[in-house]
Amino acid sequence: MSTTADTPATVPDELGQVAVVSRKTPILLAVLVVGLALVLLFSDSVGETTFRVASRNDLFQIPDITVPGRATAWVMLAGCALLTGESFRRLLNQQKTPLWLVATYALLWMTAFLSWAAIGGRVPVVGLFGGAVALAVPLVFGALGGVLGERAGVVNIAIEAQLLFGAFAAAVVASSTGSAWAGVLAAALAGVLVASVLGLFAIGYFVDQIIVGVVLNVLVIGLTNFFFRQVLTPNAETLNSPERLSAVPIPLLGQIPLIGPVLFRQTPLVYLLYVTVAVVAFALYRTRWGLRVRAVGEHPKAADTVGIKVNRTRWRTVLLAGAVAGLGGAYFSLVAVSGFNREMTGGAGFIALAAVIFGKWDPVRATLAALLFGFASNLQGVLSVIGSPVPSQFMLMLPYLVTILAVAGLVGRSRPPAADGQPYRSQ
Amino acid sequence: MNDTTTTEQEPTPPPAEEVEQPSEAHSLLYRIAAGDALAGVLAVFLAFLVGSVMIAATDETVRETAGYIAARPSDFFQAVWDAVSGAYAAMFRGAIYNTRVDDFQTAIRPLTETLKYAAPLILAGLGVGVGFRAALFNIGGRGQMLLAGAAAGWVGFALDLPAVIHLPLAILAGLIAGGLWGGIAGLLKARTGAHEVIVTIMLNYVAYYLVLYALSRDFLLQAPGSNNPQSLPMKQSAILPKVLGDRYNLHLGIILALVAVAAVWWLLNRSALGYRIRAVGGNPHAARAAGINVGRTYTTVFFIAGALVGLAGVNQVLGTVTSGVTTDLDAGIGFDAITVALLGRSRPLGILFAGLLFGGFKAGGFTMQTSENISVDLVLVVQSLIVLFLAAPPLVRAIFRLPNKEVA
Repeated sequence: MSTTADTPATVPDELGQVAVVSRKTPILLAVLVVGLALVLLFSDSVGETTFRVASRNDLFQIPDITVPGRATAWVMLAGCALLTGESFRRLLNQQKTPLWLVATYALLWMTAFLSWAAIGGRVPVVGLFGGAVALAVPLVFGALGGVLGERAGVVNIAIEAQLLFGAFAAAVVASSTGSAWAGVLAAALAGVLVASVLGLFAIGYFVDQIIVGVVLNVLVIGLTNFFFRQVLTPNAETLNSPERLSAVPIPLLGQIPLIGPVLFRQTPLVYLLYVTVAVVAFALYRTRWGLRVRAVGEHPKAADTVGIKVNRTRWRTVLLAGAVAGLGGAYFSLVAVSGFNREMTGGAGFIALAAVIFGKWDPVRATLAALLFGFASNLQGVLSVIGSPVPSQFMLMLPYLVTILAVAGLVGRSRPPAADGQPYRSQ
Repeated sequence: MNDTTTTEQEPTPPPAEEVEQPSEAHSLLYRIAAGDALAGVLAVFLAFLVGSVMIAATDETVRETAGYIAARPSDFFQAVWDAVSGAYAAMFRGAIYNTRVDDFQTAIRPLTETLKYAAPLILAGLGVGVGFRAALFNIGGRGQMLLAGAAAGWVGFALDLPAVIHLPLAILAGLIAGGLWGGIAGLLKARTGAHEVIVTIMLNYVAYYLVLYALSRDFLLQAPGSNNPQSLPMKQSAILPKVLGDRYNLHLGIILALVAVAAVWWLLNRSALGYRIRAVGGNPHAARAAGINVGRTYTTVFFIAGALVGLAGVNQVLGTVTSGVTTDLDAGIGFDAITVALLGRSRPLGILFAGLLFGGFKAGGFTMQTSENISVDLVLVVQSLIVLFLAAPPLVRAIFRLPNKEVA
């Protein structure tokens, strides 16, 4: 490609921020408290809110918790205000806001919000979190694939394509073999296939990685739509009616109240996800392989100098990343619904990309980010059932807005691997 | 790409600076063999070859005859030929000239359809291309089109004005909305260094949900008394007039696109701002050292890019689909525009021809779908393959075993 499409790798940080402790966290916490307080002041809904925590097959049943909505919201918000104050106190003492504070704050704020938003209704807590985990499955797989590739220095805009092709392959193979697991395997292979095209152009021929990714998305949409219309639709019986992966409760663990149904009464794909997150996080930080991958993504020339084969490492990582992202595709056609449909991933690959960035290119943080985005979209679904005053479109917009704020450095600065997106030519 | 050396039969190519003026016949021959032009043609050929394989592989008759290919191979090859030639003939009939009718005025109608489809591709392609010239990647076409379409659409259905004011005002509203939405990405890049690719992708979805929200509130865009996420149709005074009479669907959008091509050409090649844009695109550090305000240039470029892509949205809402604003108004053009700009190598004239080519693909694709029952999505595959192959001339050369240009 002509050089016109070469994007400048980095813009030097001209702001020259030297502040040791970021002021952003306490400010953000304060803004959120004030925001919700204003909403509470100006809304006039009165009534009780019920939190339903129990589910069937629990070891013991926790009764529903019914509370006066507004009063609870105010109490929880007061707790948030206290934590915000503590955060500011720590700022004055040059201390960082600890994670436990943010986590407690988030929990209280969410409870306050739900107590208000679901007044007169019932919040299915299990459904809220369990659904979020399920919805986050493709996002987490996609984000892990993205993290792997980018850590090796290959930007992957084509996560969407890998998910979509994975969904397509999973539906076709699961239908024709009659085995959902064959479909899952096929999804991973489909992801590898897309990744190999990405690798061929981005690593082999030094084409701008963003261009390859963007074009791959269009290519896979075209391919899957074409074959869906020409082949799958006329032969829907044999090629597009896969067996669904059903939930497999884990004995004992699955019976713990709240945690059980949320984490351990899911489909095998979710359990596979737990394993994948752990393996990727361990491998990337605790093994020689991971060190090499990160070296190749941060400073390929240095890696080359000490004898690491830069492009070979990148190739392997990109293919592995493709397999991981492809697995996420199986969720769409084997779990969410049974069968493939046109463009059924609906931008999940881009949310996964957002999770990569919001998670600062770290597998565990990216997973948490993906879970957060899954939660946001599930919350939207739950709230629209309850009939909440918040427009669903704004809830759905949240992951994208948060990502923009993250890359703009308003919510902590996200810094990509140094050699991310730069092809490497050995000399 | 490793098995070719250039010095066997041909002299070495002239240095890059002199490539512009080939003096001798053999150097011209060499440039044809080693230059981008041939690789370009071969890239298109390869893309269509893949398309042909897809057509043949999914064709009923081909699959039947493949069952007894050993007994009667001629049947098989006949079936492949019929399927492939049928499809591409239908594309030709749909994109350029309908050979099946006698009346010239009807037969030429497909060409006007091609122009109709090309207009938004050219406009949006210019928007992406201007960004490329400043080394900025504008993937936010969808969002820019949606917001521009929504703004132009609102002016188009909500206001009551004479056509002389109404139409320009609606176009201007779309232009500014698209520009401001695009400008966000430029401003964020200038101020915080946020990568524009990520920001524009995310802004696409934010724009989508914003417009969807507006389309579900009747004090904003939704047609009163309706439950569908659609606005009222455009008033007659805000609709882009037909340029070739009512027989054809071609509207003023194509003229808008041509004017934009000229304007962008002037901007990039003749204006001081264009010089700054190209300087920043060439090397932002050098540009900064030369006294150019790089940040401001980023913001300006993204405003211009957004405004141009926005015009594509305006073209859709006020010209092609005047029945009201919907969230589908971008019709994939925001992403097609990237391939158009890449194929046109970010040059205004190149984008014009790339837009015409892809417009033809689109018009022809629909005819292919209706008359040969081959999915129009084939066009997407061919389009993206063309761009991929064009981006990697060495790959195309390796496939056809041509001398490699990059070997010194």
